[in-house]
Amino acid sequence: MNVASFAPLAVVLPFLGAALAFVLIRKPRAQRRVSLATLTLTLGLEVWVLASVWTVGPIAVHLGGWAPPFGIVMVADQFSSLLLVISSAVSLAVLAYASGQGAADGEQGGPLSVFHPTYLILVAGVSNAFLAGDLFNLYVGFEILLTASYVLMTLGGTGSRVRAGITYVVVSVVSSLLFLIAIGMVYGATGTVTLADLAVKIGELDSGTQDLLHVLLLVAFGIKAAVFPLSFWLPDSYPTAPAPVTAVFAGLLTKVGVYAIIRTETLLFPSDKFNAVLLVVALLTMIVGILGALAQTDIKRMLSFTLVSHIGYMIFGVALSSVLGLAATIFYVIHHITIQTSLFMVTGLVERRGGTSSIMRLGGLAKLSPILAVLYFIPAMNLAGIPPFSGFLGKLGLLQAGVADGSPMAYAVVIGGVVASLLTLLVMARVWNRVFWRSTADAENPDPVLLATAPDSSGQPSMSALRTSKHVDATEGRFSGENEIPILPKMMVYSTMGLVVLGLAMSIFAGPLFELSQDAATSMLARTPYIEAVLGEGAGTP
Amino acid sequence: MSVNLTLLLVMGVLYAVGIYLLLERSLTRVLLGLMLLANATNLLLLATGGYAGLAPIFNKDIPPTEYNDPLPQAFILTSIVISFAVTAFMLSLIYRSWLLSRADDIQVDREDLRVAKQALYDDEEDSEIPIEVSDFHENNQPAAKRETIPGIGPKKAVQLLSEPAVPHKKPRKDKA
Repeated sequence: MNVASFAPLAVVLPFLGAALAFVLIRKPRAQRRVSLATLTLTLGLEVWVLASVWTVGPIAVHLGGWAPPFGIVMVADQFSSLLLVISSAVSLAVLAYASGQGAADGEQGGPLSVFHPTYLILVAGVSNAFLAGDLFNLYVGFEILLTASYVLMTLGGTGSRVRAGITYVVVSVVSSLLFLIAIGMVYGATGTVTLADLAVKIGELDSGTQDLLHVLLLVAFGIKAAVFPLSFWLPDSYPTAPAPVTAVFAGLLTKVGVYAIIRTETLLFPSDKFNAVLLVVALLTMIVGILGALAQTDIKRMLSFTLVSHIGYMIFGVALSSVLGLAATIFYVIHHITIQTSLFMVTGLVERRGGTSSIMRLGGLAKLSPILAVLYFIPAMNLAGIPPFSGFLGKLGLLQAGVADGSPMAYAVVIGGVVASLLTLLVMARVWNRVFWRSTADAENPDPVLLATAPDSSGQPSMSALRTSKHVDATEGRFSGENEIPILPKMMVYSTMGLVVLGLAMSIFAGPLFELSQDAATSMLARTPYIEAVLGEGAGTP
Repeated sequence: MSVNLTLLLVMGVLYAVGIYLLLERSLTRVLLGLMLLANATNLLLLATGGYAGLAPIFNKDIPPTEYNDPLPQAFILTSIVISFAVTAFMLSLIYRSWLLSRADDIQVDREDLRVAKQALYDDEEDSEIPIEVSDFHENNQPAAKRETIPGIGPKKAVQLLSEPAVPHKKPRKDKA
């Protein structure tokens, strides 16, 4: 019996943790400990699963002992277990960040006490989607994580969050309905929803039916992955949520959509029929996304637009459907989960330190808190794809795969990718210049928190000693505690630091990671390892 | 496979009405539209199960073809539960929105409007720099390398250099 047989625990553990955290709703400290312990356990388990799947290949777990294609099956292959590990690591960091924030601001009795249980349910949904071996279980995974995300998105119920939340819920429900329609049609056409079984049976349908199912699934996942022109909802809804929530959404939720696209493109529809369409979509996503980012003055909105833009790179790799392209996409996905989340976490810290996330109203942070400057600079350069970092390596792999493809459309996307990367650098540098580099005096209408401890008072105050009291920003009522609270709690800074270091580690260990991505890509494009793992020997060969 | 025409017609009507309502600006109508769409989808799932048969409770004497397919019904059950939860949540959001804005409409995003109205020209980024900042200008050379002016030693030069620079910013236009 392989360790990977315990992979479903990655779904069960967060659920149990969520139940326990919900019971402890009146004891914030115990709640924080329970949720942190749960995620640490889950992460440990997933690392173990990844280690065992790394060399062995896909392993299927038949839940309840029902043989596929009749029972529910969960599959851990290299790609899904790699994503599981990264998503748990990232969500653990964000949970530590949120706990630090909660401990600092005093959340007792507030609406934030539902944060921990909901967050764990979100993690369970993400794990379920990654492990799902059939379309309907994938749908259920999506619904679990979406329902949890509705609650997290509208925490506190302020006007802007409710407005953004309604748009988000409606768009998500429509995409889920499209997915459900697709499932119904797939079942009507083939009589099964198990992915491995479908991989064999969809190929036997006539091409018109295949195209219909293909397009339906692509549209449903395209909305979730925020692929242009289905990306309009993302920059509208993400920036209003609380900082830790935006961080985890930006890192994980769209990537679940990307995961679903990769899975269906490789396993169910290996033909190249829609690759040209996907290439056009990838190009448009890159360019339109980054042009949107150029117009923003709010860091969170700007980052949301760059998020959309970088989804284009992942679609590009999928559309090439070569081993190199797919491997680069896998590498890019894990790189982007880490980097995008750490950027949003730093932005949350900047917002605490400067009182706002508008680049017009900030300035001089490089001097005021150098640690934030470092924490912003590294992932920003990483996202823009500056050489030693993993962002550069991922993009390089994608561009090489595009050139190797050689078609004019692939070349066009390669050029578009370089341009989008350059514009990302411009956008990141703009934030750097305004927020960190220029002097505090140049900030327009700065927040009192930013000025409260200008460096001319008495040397450099240390980050934990830097405190704000209620009367500093009584106008906005941002902090609810009675006493003075630290502006930059240690836990928040350390968790951000941890994630930035993880991003750096990806650059350092890019070699083994890329090898693993290549293994995963080879096995996914071959399809037989996955199908045989689920249905038994000999099932994959037609 | 024979299908029930009535069910199909009802499904079509539900989809049409649902999409129509979804495109309204009033939140309650949007919610009604979503509910109709969810029900239409449930009918679609039901139709994929084929024609009606016996309840799928196993009995040795009945041939397998006589049973109804239970799987689509399980799908429908899951989908009903999910849409129930989401509808309840949407209702609470709509109520909250009503409390906050006294309107049943989708509110506008202020930040979006602000971004749309902002000028293309950013006077901070595009401002001219009135004084010479080139590396080759003598003010930017290290003191030791400067051409010595008779009467001013290196010490004086360093002192001159450390004096506060003349503000080189263009005075910002008053913004209304």
